[in-house]
Amino acid sequence: MQDKLFRSCLFLSAIVIPLIGGGILLSLTADASGAFETFGFWHFICSDQWVTTAGQENYGALPFITGTLLTTLLALLLCIPFSLPVALFTGEYFRGRKIATVLGTVTDLLAGIPSIIYGLWGFYVLRGVFMHLGLSPQGSGILTASFVLSIMIVPYAASLSAEFIKMVPSDLKEAAYAIGATRAEVIRRVIFPVAGPGIFSAYILAIGRALGETMTVTMLIGNTNQLPDTLRTTGNTMASIIANQFGEADGLKLSSLIAIGLLLFLITAVINMIGKLLIQRARHV
Amino acid sequence: MQNSQPIKLRIFKSRLLFVSVCVCSAITAIPLLAILGEVLVKGWHQLGWSFLTEATPNAYKAMMAAAQGESLPGGIAGGIVGTFLMLLTASVAAIPTGILCGIFLSEYRGSWVATGISYLTDLLQGTPSIIIGIIVYIWVVVPTRGYSAFAGSVALFIMMLPLIIRSTEETMNVLPATLKEAGLALGGSYWRVMLQVLLPSALGSIFTGILLAISRVVGETAPLMFTALGGAAISWNMAKPMAAVPLLIWEFFNDPNLQSLIWGASLFLLTFVLFLNLSAKRIAKKWKL
Repeated sequence: MQDKLFRSCLFLSAIVIPLIGGGILLSLTADASGAFETFGFWHFICSDQWVTTAGQENYGALPFITGTLLTTLLALLLCIPFSLPVALFTGEYFRGRKIATVLGTVTDLLAGIPSIIYGLWGFYVLRGVFMHLGLSPQGSGILTASFVLSIMIVPYAASLSAEFIKMVPSDLKEAAYAIGATRAEVIRRVIFPVAGPGIFSAYILAIGRALGETMTVTMLIGNTNQLPDTLRTTGNTMASIIANQFGEADGLKLSSLIAIGLLLFLITAVINMIGKLLIQRARHV
Repeated sequence: MQNSQPIKLRIFKSRLLFVSVCVCSAITAIPLLAILGEVLVKGWHQLGWSFLTEATPNAYKAMMAAAQGESLPGGIAGGIVGTFLMLLTASVAAIPTGILCGIFLSEYRGSWVATGISYLTDLLQGTPSIIIGIIVYIWVVVPTRGYSAFAGSVALFIMMLPLIIRSTEETMNVLPATLKEAGLALGGSYWRVMLQVLLPSALGSIFTGILLAISRVVGETAPLMFTALGGAAISWNMAKPMAAVPLLIWEFFNDPNLQSLIWGASLFLLTFVLFLNLSAKRIAKKWKL
């Protein structure tokens, strides 16, 4: 009797997750339908208009989709030269030694810093540096946002990559050393080919992180609704436009913002699922 | 492997790689030090008893103080109370649900139900926090016709749940099967074995997971913006809008009059988060299975 009760407790708590997950999808779709019906699904995605004047309201998601993709890809490119060395440092060169634990703690703490504090640091410190270097006229913009975003995703990419680098069988490495390979050659010809799929999936998951990052980007990207033409201009991402305008929105605008939210939800869900599937495959090789 | 390069060049290349790996890794530590230093230098002289116990000044008071050349009165007590209350409410709901769901996933692993729920947990964990904010706005704020601390707690609950489920599931998976078998062989009923044998042995790791989950959500701003909304006063009413430390930082950032409070609040939040993070690590080491 009590066993039955306990098992149903287990089941009831487990059912909460599909309820929330399915509920998110249903509610977002229901509330976004207004925007999709008015503008048409494809037109909404491909239009770069964002007119909030009453009576002439016209909303499109293209500038924000572009902004999200640009910041994410740029952040990914900027994070590779640092996350890969950190992964090699903790997973290969100094594996299991104290200095690797220290670096691991450093990256863990980097991952722990709240995004609003990254935003403050970027706004008050980095923006000045960027202006001084002449990288961007107002200091804020896509480049600045991507730069801070890249720092934020280094820990995720590095710790997972290190895990896969550690999993490379040592007999493979020893065999390469035995025929006279140097350490760099072992890394390039043994470790990277073997750990490659895992490292790749680590970066996919890092992309998933970067896509939805809200506060940092909102504080640094400059918040303009045009289609960005260069990396130095200001822009908006899907997350930052919601953060900026959701509070005072109603009617068609609210529905359009929720539609952008739905698109963001779907994109991150797909990216994360691909990442998870790749990781599972990489782990079972 | 054909290699026609002279051995000295190959060794040089190998050393070059080693040095550049070390240099790039060291560079990664710079942002952490820069952020910690910035927040510490600008914020530490603001931290004091009154900063932690007084409500945030309104814009008028702040302007008056600035006009008279005084430092800003008041502090972030409203935010501390709000963060505490909302975290407490969210934890009370998320910890038992998360632990039970984690046990479910571990007990029924391999079945299609558990696999499906496990995937959904990952999906929920990867969902951008701003989406959680929107969804709680739709689910709680619109039907109850107003922003409230309760809505904020629901948002934090949804954020914490997948983290606690994952840590519980992973811990339960590595517990030796013999432990459960021994309990059952002694005639213990299923629920007793689960709750009085397996759960206590997993408690250390689960506790670490809970600490990490709290440290992850305590700095979240986006899900609270459209739910708890924020405010300046110290409020204990869960049905009304409530401040939280990250929300206050966001308000200070947007209000030029209050900008001098920003670093003290950030230092408080950062210290709290990093302290939780480090103590979770320490506990994990000590209670390692």
